[in-house]
Amino acid sequence: MNTLDFDQGNTIIRTKDLSVAYGEKTAVSKISMEIERNTVTAFIGPSGCGKSTFLRSLNRMNDLIPSCRVTGSIEIDGIEINDSNVNIEGLRQLVGMVFQRANPFFKSIYENIALAPRYHGIRSKAELDEIVEQSLRKAALWDEVKDRLKESALALSGGQQQRLCIARAIAMQPSILLLDEPASALDPISTMKVEELISELKDEYTIVIVTHNLHQAARISDKTAFFLMGELIEMNETSILFTSPAQKQTEDYITGKFG
Amino acid sequence: MNRQGSDGMTMIEKNVGRQQHRLARDKSYLQSKLLKPNKKQSLENFFGKAIAMSCAALLLIAVISIIYFIASKGLSTFFVNQVSIVDFLTGLKWDPEGEPALFGAFSFILGSFLVTVLAALVAAPLGIGAAIFMNEIYPTFGKKFVKPVIELLVGIPSVVYGYVGLTVLVPFIRERFEVLGFSLLAGGLVLALMILPTITSVATDAIEAVPQDMRNAARALGATRWQTIWHVVLHGALPGCLTAIVLGMARAFGEALAVQMVIGNTSKLPESIFDPISTLTSAITLNMGNTIQGTAYNNALWSLALLLLLMSLFFIMILRILGRKKLDNR
Ligand SMILES: Nc1ncnc2c1ncn2[C@@H]1O[C@H](COP(=O)(O)OP(=O)(O)O)[C@@H](O)[C@H]1O
Ligand SMILES: [Mg+2]
Repeated sequence: MNTLDFDQGNTIIRTKDLSVAYGEKTAVSKISMEIERNTVTAFIGPSGCGKSTFLRSLNRMNDLIPSCRVTGSIEIDGIEINDSNVNIEGLRQLVGMVFQRANPFFKSIYENIALAPRYHGIRSKAELDEIVEQSLRKAALWDEVKDRLKESALALSGGQQQRLCIARAIAMQPSILLLDEPASALDPISTMKVEELISELKDEYTIVIVTHNLHQAARISDKTAFFLMGELIEMNETSILFTSPAQKQTEDYITGKFG
Repeated sequence: MNRQGSDGMTMIEKNVGRQQHRLARDKSYLQSKLLKPNKKQSLENFFGKAIAMSCAALLLIAVISIIYFIASKGLSTFFVNQVSIVDFLTGLKWDPEGEPALFGAFSFILGSFLVTVLAALVAAPLGIGAAIFMNEIYPTFGKKFVKPVIELLVGIPSVVYGYVGLTVLVPFIRERFEVLGFSLLAGGLVLALMILPTITSVATDAIEAVPQDMRNAARALGATRWQTIWHVVLHGALPGCLTAIVLGMARAFGEALAVQMVIGNTSKLPESIFDPISTLTSAITLNMGNTIQGTAYNNALWSLALLLLLMSLFFIMILRILGRKKLDNR
């Protein structure tokens, strides 16, 4: 991976020899990677190759899994986030995450979004209203729900729920958004909406997206990283990786020989 | 989609051809399956239905006759013995053998409610707290040790609770507060201990039913563990926790033996939680044996039973409403 030379000032995430193990079993081994500000990076690879595990270590969600051990270094904006003095809640506010399955709270649409800003100290009703509207607008959901903000979020369709989850993450005003197969449970039209959304959000956020859909990776990402059995095989400009991959394994995977 | 096969047919054409062939071959077989009844299955079907229906009918008959029995006896206080319903519900004097006989049951009604509410006030926070501990804070220890211990409490007969109350709680209250000891407080605490397992186990189920996804979502939004428990887990489990409390209260309201052993059983109204009280159940169990069938006294006790029955119907109604609320949440 040292062949890639990023502009230092533009790097927002830098991992070095990052390994993650569940008990005895290594899920991610010695991955070094740099991710640039305001880009979309796609992680591809067969299931079980450690994409989600790697993603979860970027906002320390792996801390919640008791058997999970993370070693190596992860710097975000030059700060080592695995240090014990890091404010984990603050880190997660900065690095928002959206999961594969939409998981809105059993609350109203408004409350789903207002919850996180409240945790991070915003009390005034006017300010919260503003954040809710802005987040929903950015998630391209405002027009569909503006008249029913007080209704349960569970009444939304699957695609709307997933965009609500994106809005909920945006409401924290993060710098980075981690999306773990955000569209894999959605129908094609909802998927398209989510993809459009991601392309728009790139101007404001650095986005890392895990996807098992190669076309999706090719459509929306600037850089693509190919994982295999816990290792990072290759990472490059998406257009290069999909047309002239450097590694044999990458080529086999993107031409459908396995996966 | 239109991939050409070697013989010039598309995949779709091949597939359709295959299916048509199979359909033609299977036609007579299909007809025999569709049009001939299966004797064994329909016989089983008939007996299955008959057994299930007679069980349901038997249950229904039992419930209706119990209600009819209690209602006919209980209502004759008012319609045969001409006691006024208002006097019965609000009267402060209970003297069924006096001249004239007085049937004021207010102190029993009040006693039942007070002791139930006190038990719920004590047991609800403890039970829900224990459920949170077992699920969210220390699941390995909680599920291995705390849960079985609490479940053990369910199996203990109520007379044991009453006995413990009588030999430990009553003397303790007597010495600590220099009162009689037999009291609303003692009854409430004994009941709290009795309904604690009910509340804990139902609340545990409710908390377990909150999807793990929801906890992850909250943590990923930068919520602390406590914020997650308060705003997400407990909020999601709220209908279930309320169900737990109401179930506990229903049990407390109907409990007779353990309560009767520690509350002192006076028909005087209590002035503080240290005063002795009576409840509907204790009034019935203590007096039923001394009365003669058909007398006004005996009927009045049935009226108390009718009140108990109405209250449990009320509790069941609340539980039903809460159950529907839980479904709405999903
Ligand atoms: N919570 C966990 N506990 C134990 N092993 C896990 C856990 N999550 C993932 N793994 C294991 O780690 C490996 C990588 O999983 P994951 O990161 O989910 O892969 P991907 O997202 O690429 O499909 C898999 O072998 C999986 O079985
Ligand atoms: Mg995954």
